[in-house]
Amino acid sequence: MSSATADRRRADPARARERMLVMLALPALLLLGVIFIWPLLRLLSMSVADGTLDQFEKAALDDLYVMVLYESMEIAVLVTVICLALAYPVAAWLAQAGRTGFILGMFFLLLPFWTSILVRTYAWMVLLGRNGVINRTLRDWGWIEFPLPLLHNLTGVLIGIVHVMLPYMVIPIYAALLRIDPDLRRAAEGLGAPAWRAFLRVTLPLSLPGVFAGCALVFVITLGFFITPALLGGGQVMMIAMLIEQQVREFLDWNFAAALATVLLAATLVIYAALAKLTGGQGHGAR
Amino acid sequence: MAHARRQPRNLGRILLTIFAGLVFAFLMLPLLVVFPISVSSASYLQFPPPGFSWQWYQRYLEDPVWIEATIRSFKVAILCTVLSMGLGVPLSFALVRSRLRGMRIADRLVAAPIIVPNIIISIAIYSLFAKLQLIGVWYGIAVAHTILALPFVVILVSAGLRTFDEAQEQAAMGLGASWPVAVWRITLPQLRPSLISAAFLAFVTSFDELVIAMFLSGASMTLPKKMFDNIMLEIDPTIAAVSVLQIFLACICLGVATLFGRGVVPGTAGR
Repeated sequence: MSSATADRRRADPARARERMLVMLALPALLLLGVIFIWPLLRLLSMSVADGTLDQFEKAALDDLYVMVLYESMEIAVLVTVICLALAYPVAAWLAQAGRTGFILGMFFLLLPFWTSILVRTYAWMVLLGRNGVINRTLRDWGWIEFPLPLLHNLTGVLIGIVHVMLPYMVIPIYAALLRIDPDLRRAAEGLGAPAWRAFLRVTLPLSLPGVFAGCALVFVITLGFFITPALLGGGQVMMIAMLIEQQVREFLDWNFAAALATVLLAATLVIYAALAKLTGGQGHGAR
Repeated sequence: MAHARRQPRNLGRILLTIFAGLVFAFLMLPLLVVFPISVSSASYLQFPPPGFSWQWYQRYLEDPVWIEATIRSFKVAILCTVLSMGLGVPLSFALVRSRLRGMRIADRLVAAPIIVPNIIISIAIYSLFAKLQLIGVWYGIAVAHTILALPFVVILVSAGLRTFDEAQEQAAMGLGASWPVAVWRITLPQLRPSLISAAFLAFVTSFDELVIAMFLSGASMTLPKKMFDNIMLEIDPTIAAVSVLQIFLACICLGVATLFGRGVVPGTAGR
């Protein structure tokens, strides 16, 4: 009895501390519960509001909706691959750059990141249009006779999204490259491996967690893109987020919109969890 | 870190630099192109501009709809910053220091809005706020934006807090300070760089956000909503002028966060 009381007394400061920390977390968690979790569950439940799975059947059987889902996935894959191809060399360059180069590079990378998506999307419309800056310049130089179709199609959407997502890919890869002990590569080269083999056998495998973390983030965020495809696609490209918006705003079909949202959310979470697992559990919060 | 080490320049290195330069050019191109257009004398989109004029800046400053939208966006972003800092900083203390298992779930919960598509968050909140008649209310948008800004605040502040030695706080308390006083006088001043970065990132997140604002703003538009309508309905160079002003604002925010903050530019700690 007495030893139990003593135990409790000894544990008390720790318990008081935990209690206080919970109190600190409570307001924020309450807000998340009321403004995020509760509305989300409410929305998801609308998809089965009529007690059947009819809304999901509608989404699965209609070719139009399947096409939109397929196109969204296709765009997300393409954006991820393009971002990876562009981002890896940039991250590698940043990891070996001198101080000035690094600061300049980070400025080029982060200023677009901090600039409104609308500003960037508008700028791409100016650049890519039929009479846009790029087509005008190429024609003035005599390189092309007719304007290239760059806007209001898949090309324009891809350019716009890649521009937005690129920093999300560069930064995790850069962070992974920084964590690699430079002595490992030097050891490989000291043992006679040419630079390219040292890269393939040492640097690349060790940077894979960053690559997977970047890919997970880019793929998942791209899947839910709305503004960029809506403006740069010109009605030619339809992604699932646009379909959801249309169902809510134009057709007021909340139940079907909720079913589509459920599909999008499920796809997002499954793909993110799968890719994050490849990073060895570092994907979460590792940024 | 081996960054400063100069190795003999070989072909691979030169190619890498050229490639990185091209990608940086791709990143900066859309930001640069709006500058000449914003001072164009032509009334429609023309490049290169036929002449110089401040008329689009003037048009922006004289149009009450643009100005009202700008002021509303500032109000929303400031309230969102206050809310996400006021809630996010205490939450970070709990997430970093508590050993309760529930906190690990809370950690994931806070980060979830980064992954969950904005359109889903938007219509979920829209449906709730419509019922509560909170559509078209500026502070409603700020509260909704707080959900998006909170993960950034928590990631930056937690990272700062993890490197802070709690023994300093305990020393202050051993000398008689209460815990809030110890946090206020010892811990928070040392977290200042993280707090500055977090606040500016929260501000920018809200100031630039469109999808939630589209659903919640009703007739009282925020700046991004006004820009969106302008792009959809009448592309005139007023929006280029607004864009230039926004790029300057982003420059200022990024500059302050880089000079006085920490964590926004990863990997700079050791430089």
